[in-house]
Amino acid sequence: MTIRIALVGAPNTGKTTLFNALTGGRGKTGNYPGVTVEKRTGNYTSNNGKTYELIDLPGVYGLSGRSSDERVSLQHLRGEIEDERQPDMMLAVLDASRLQTHLHSILQFKQIDLPMVLILNMMDMAQRDGLEIDLAALEKQLGFPVIGVTAPRKNGRQALEDKWDTLVKTTVKPTQGRQLDLPTLQAQARKIAKSVIKQSSASHDLTQSIDRVTMHPVFGPFLLMGIMFFIFQAVYTWSAIPMELIEAGVGFLQGGARQIQPEWLASLIGDGIIAGVGSIMVFLPQIVILFAFILLLEASGYMARAAFLVDGLMSKIGLNGRALIPLLSSFACAIPGVMAARSIESERDRLTTIMIAPLMTCSARLPVYALIIGAFIPNQSVGLFNLQGLVLFTLYMTGIVFAILIAFVLRHTVTKGPAQHLLLELPGYMIPKMVDFWIALFGRAWAFVRKAGTIIFATSVILWGLTSYPQTGGGIRDSYAGTIGAWIEPIFRPIGFSLETVIALVPGMAAREVVVAAMGTVYAVQGNEQQVEMGLAALLQSAWSLPSALAFLAWYVFAPQCFATLATVRRETNSWNWTLFLTGYLFVLAWVAAFATFQISTRMLA
Amino acid sequence: MSKIATSLDQLSNHQRAVISGFLAAQSGLIEKLREIGFAEGDEVEILHRGLIGGSPLSVRLNRCIIALRKTEASQIQVVFVS
Repeated sequence: MTIRIALVGAPNTGKTTLFNALTGGRGKTGNYPGVTVEKRTGNYTSNNGKTYELIDLPGVYGLSGRSSDERVSLQHLRGEIEDERQPDMMLAVLDASRLQTHLHSILQFKQIDLPMVLILNMMDMAQRDGLEIDLAALEKQLGFPVIGVTAPRKNGRQALEDKWDTLVKTTVKPTQGRQLDLPTLQAQARKIAKSVIKQSSASHDLTQSIDRVTMHPVFGPFLLMGIMFFIFQAVYTWSAIPMELIEAGVGFLQGGARQIQPEWLASLIGDGIIAGVGSIMVFLPQIVILFAFILLLEASGYMARAAFLVDGLMSKIGLNGRALIPLLSSFACAIPGVMAARSIESERDRLTTIMIAPLMTCSARLPVYALIIGAFIPNQSVGLFNLQGLVLFTLYMTGIVFAILIAFVLRHTVTKGPAQHLLLELPGYMIPKMVDFWIALFGRAWAFVRKAGTIIFATSVILWGLTSYPQTGGGIRDSYAGTIGAWIEPIFRPIGFSLETVIALVPGMAAREVVVAAMGTVYAVQGNEQQVEMGLAALLQSAWSLPSALAFLAWYVFAPQCFATLATVRRETNSWNWTLFLTGYLFVLAWVAAFATFQISTRMLA
Repeated sequence: MSKIATSLDQLSNHQRAVISGFLAAQSGLIEKLREIGFAEGDEVEILHRGLIGGSPLSVRLNRCIIALRKTEASQIQVVFVS
């Protein structure tokens, strides 16, 4: 049987970085506590060719297991998970710089009664800060092996990898004395730490200097707003040229597809596949830029500061600053955001966070917004700002404002309860590792492209079939899709959506960005050739009124149009009621917002 | 020189103090504070305060920085020499 080894330790000590380095895994890493919320396993082959099973677990500060991710970690370590064998050994990971403050957790882990090796990680950072630790003395006092590593570097892991097989073979369960309480363990740990830290200069000089700017009570919040605003501006301005190139390429391919015989095949390829997949691929540059910023914020250590800065505001609505981290990751995608809420201790806070996470504008909405804004909002400057970027920023802010309102209402009704604690470690700043950055960015970009090549490809083909047949010559209303769309059209007529839009909304349930591809197909099937080659934006300009376009934007701020998110919410809340509540309130908000936008803007423009 | 006892939230920024104990107002909170690293004898210092009502606080604890709210900080008793 393969030997199972679990990585355990306080949050943000580099367990996943070590896990990735040893197993070749691609687990998400970041410089803030609570990046890992799920167990992950991988195989590690030692220098002698022996294979081990490694388990990466969410970080735990001790044995009390307050949040659900902590409880899962502890259950794994104690072998309390059904159909899962208890690990044979633990690698306890500790950030060397934080030895003094966190060593007591290692003494607590000893009580789990598994063979244990202590890994002092980030030795390079500790040395940079002038901290010198006597590893041999520490090992002697603890009674189990201690190894210093710098996980991301090959030579930083050498001490561990060279001794791996011997360590696993020779490490035995620690001798259990009397079970001591936490204050006693802390006193013991402090004494040990004091005796093994040989030299210690002032701590976190650089981090504290940066914090003087980023955490400034007045300047800090402005900087946070500025950073967010800058990201949305960059998403627009930096992506213009690559987007034009992709658009031109798609148009060129569409022109080529016309030459194909027979005609139905030309239509399938040109109006179905290329129009569908192509209209979504255009947004790849914007997605890449958005993710690049998110990844940099996550890796630098700024994320936890952002949580600090908004905590004052969050506490006013009855939420915890801790909820900011799941909410921020929801800007990439609500699914990891909803899962990251596991690190929130209070069940009420966790549920509230999950209920508002879909209001954070996820990256799948970006193509939808970008398409409509690009087609209907003039690309001009307003003072220092770009009008399109400004509208995009407003859409994001609308989602945030409504999230705050909903959270406030929930916390005073269904999830009513006392204010929760905030206890959040602020990590030292780090310069993001470029290799990790590019790997993660490529992974995100690839996921987007793969989705275009699979789900969106398939829906484009199906939708082409449904909109092109039966061929009666009577246009889209006589097609199968038109018949289906006509059933639900009455719901959407008051909010200004045409039949074509309604048809595109249906496959858009699969994932938000699919609606863009679907519109590409719907309009290509019925459009004339020159218009189609000019791109979807040009088609929409001639097909939609401005109020319809604005209503469509308003709809997408709220629309619960993503089955995957709803399925994740169902799993994480373990409740159909909460899932239906979420779907229902988002749908109602979407409809009301679109209705108000359509009616008001129609009257204003009349 | 006299020793002054107070709670962590009452310190002025950058006033270094040593933890002397915890108030037992809320069950579970002390254990949480201890688990994240607060212990008797540790040196603490407030680095930053939030804009709204001076909460949350960012506190240096040994070589770590921890964010907590005023209510949590008020449960930590400290002593400093003036």
